[in-house]
Amino acid sequence: MHRLVSAAIPMLAALAAFACAAIVLVALGANPLEGFQAMYTGAFGNVDRLSATAVRAVPLVLVGAGISISFRASVINIGGEGQIIAGALLSTVTALALPGLPPIVLIPLVLFAGLVGGGIWGAVPGVLKAYASVNEILSTIMLNIVAVQFMNYMLRSPLIDPLEIERGTRIPQTERLSDNAALPTLISGTRFNLGVPVAVAAAVGAYIILWRTPLGFRLRAVGHSPDAARAAGIPVERSVVSALALSGSLAGLAGAILVFGSEGQRMITDGSSAGFTGSAGFNGIVAALFGGLHPLWTIPSAYLFGGLITGANHLQRVLQVPAALAVSLNGIVVIFVVSSSKVRDRIGAILKARREFDHPANESTSSPPAGEVAAT
Amino acid sequence: MSDFFTATVLFSTLAAGIRLSTPFLFAGLGEMVGQKSGVLNLGVEGVMLLSAFFAYWTALSTGSLWLAVLVGTLVGLLMGVVYGLITVVFHAEQGISGIGIFLFGLGFSDLMFQEKVGTPKFTSKLPSVDIPLLSDIPHVGVAFFQHSAMTYAAFVMVPLVMILLRRTTFGTNVRAAGENPESADSLGVSVARIRFSAIVIGNTLAGVAGTALVLELGIFQPNLTAGRGFIAIALVYFGAWRAPGVMAGALLYGVVEATVITWKALGIIPRSLSDISAMAPAVITIAALVILARRVKPPAALTQPFSRH
Repeated sequence: MHRLVSAAIPMLAALAAFACAAIVLVALGANPLEGFQAMYTGAFGNVDRLSATAVRAVPLVLVGAGISISFRASVINIGGEGQIIAGALLSTVTALALPGLPPIVLIPLVLFAGLVGGGIWGAVPGVLKAYASVNEILSTIMLNIVAVQFMNYMLRSPLIDPLEIERGTRIPQTERLSDNAALPTLISGTRFNLGVPVAVAAAVGAYIILWRTPLGFRLRAVGHSPDAARAAGIPVERSVVSALALSGSLAGLAGAILVFGSEGQRMITDGSSAGFTGSAGFNGIVAALFGGLHPLWTIPSAYLFGGLITGANHLQRVLQVPAALAVSLNGIVVIFVVSSSKVRDRIGAILKARREFDHPANESTSSPPAGEVAAT
Repeated sequence: MSDFFTATVLFSTLAAGIRLSTPFLFAGLGEMVGQKSGVLNLGVEGVMLLSAFFAYWTALSTGSLWLAVLVGTLVGLLMGVVYGLITVVFHAEQGISGIGIFLFGLGFSDLMFQEKVGTPKFTSKLPSVDIPLLSDIPHVGVAFFQHSAMTYAAFVMVPLVMILLRRTTFGTNVRAAGENPESADSLGVSVARIRFSAIVIGNTLAGVAGTALVLELGIFQPNLTAGRGFIAIALVYFGAWRAPGVMAGALLYGVVEATVITWKALGIIPRSLSDISAMAPAVITIAALVILARRVKPPAALTQPFSRH
């Protein structure tokens, strides 16, 4: 029964968000029922759209699974955007350097490069938090900004398609990357590519790491109580770095899949991070929260939010309601999810130790955490 | 480089820097008031975007800049009430609910812009108000005394916020709510009410920041703020939760941004490196956080929800 109630809460939050969406639709002069129907058809209407939704869900699954890992270690990772970009850049460079390798080697290699790129970009705030006490919320946000500008620089200068210079058009994009790195389409006639099973496998992997390995045990122990973990001989600092690096590497994998699963088969920037990532670094947080910060539940949750994006795109075509509606709906879902008491207590319990890490017991000068919500 | 070190260029860069620091200063001071009461608001960016859009839309459709300022401010106030409900009444996790506000503001301002405006059009900008006599001083006048009313207001806010937090009962209560809410509660202070008020003040200032930004540029585009709201949050850490510190940080960012713009115009920074130079604010922030993180302490109860037992 308790589980049923817990599962119902996100649904209620979603209903509340849709009620807000209905108000917005009415305010914009559209019929909300028609609007929701257009969104549903656009997201889940036929095999083609179901596939497109799955492809849209891939970065959300990966970022969401990564967020679940970091949250379980009481580390808040808001750097998904930057980590996606870092992974995409490293995988792009890899494909540019070794275009001739056969697909059986090159595809795993570019995906691995994505993992490494995102992992490095995630490890930086981890090191800053563990060894210099820098608040990871702030550092990950700042590293998002750094990553976007670095991407713009790379795509405008060193990595720009030589053709763009020749023609003088100077569109900031790479040349078409090696076809040997392209993720194969698995259902012909649709966009369903290898990225989808890879993302699902990665989410399962995140679950296995968290609950079936010594590393996961250490991360969860640190997430539960850094002081107790330290007393038990667990390297707390290294665990914080691992949590952010793992979280970042999954986002980086999403970046590689965005490049090599795209029709253009190249990396391109419009100057903003959302232009490349589709804001997956933020939307993945929404998917993870909706999935109860559990990597496996993040999979269906991400699929629903992928549907929100494809649905909103369809809505724009059919009823001329801007697709940005999806982003604002995501925000509303977050607000409702974190405001509902059950979820709030759960998140409160998961993140309780974050304060302990920031104010270790032996240095604590202030009173015990006053007024903390009793997490039951 | 020698082109840069002429009095005219230096002072006009300084003037631009002061102008650019205005939104940082409003938003940073607002965030500081909220954090002093123990509430982290990561939604500044979203509130700035919403206020910027509605102020812009008002200016575009009525032609009245004063009405635009009023609307932008009220949108900030309204978002303050919303965020107060989320964090104080519903005790939501502050780090995450702020991201919710950010996403909502990002999407909704974009949605409204496409729906109501579509193609970007310029509105009139805030006029510059020359201070009599002082604005005539060579160079110094350009740098300090030929700004818009919003810029002067931002700098007047610094002592006002200091007085509010240091010299009033409300300010004492705000600090108590942020340092030790339980003691504050036992002395009869309503922590919920104090935090709610502090959040409304903070978000209103974030709204003013968005308004100042858009009316300085005279045009809106989706994601206009481009991370400024997040940098404003970092400025509070940078300024060690003190108003003059926040001001110093805001000025530093404004001047760095202005210098980069001037250097680009003078060709000191080659075009190919302009993206690299755009990293400067974020990199400086990270460096400052590394240096300051272990030296300054945030309010002890920051991000901790409070409920009476």
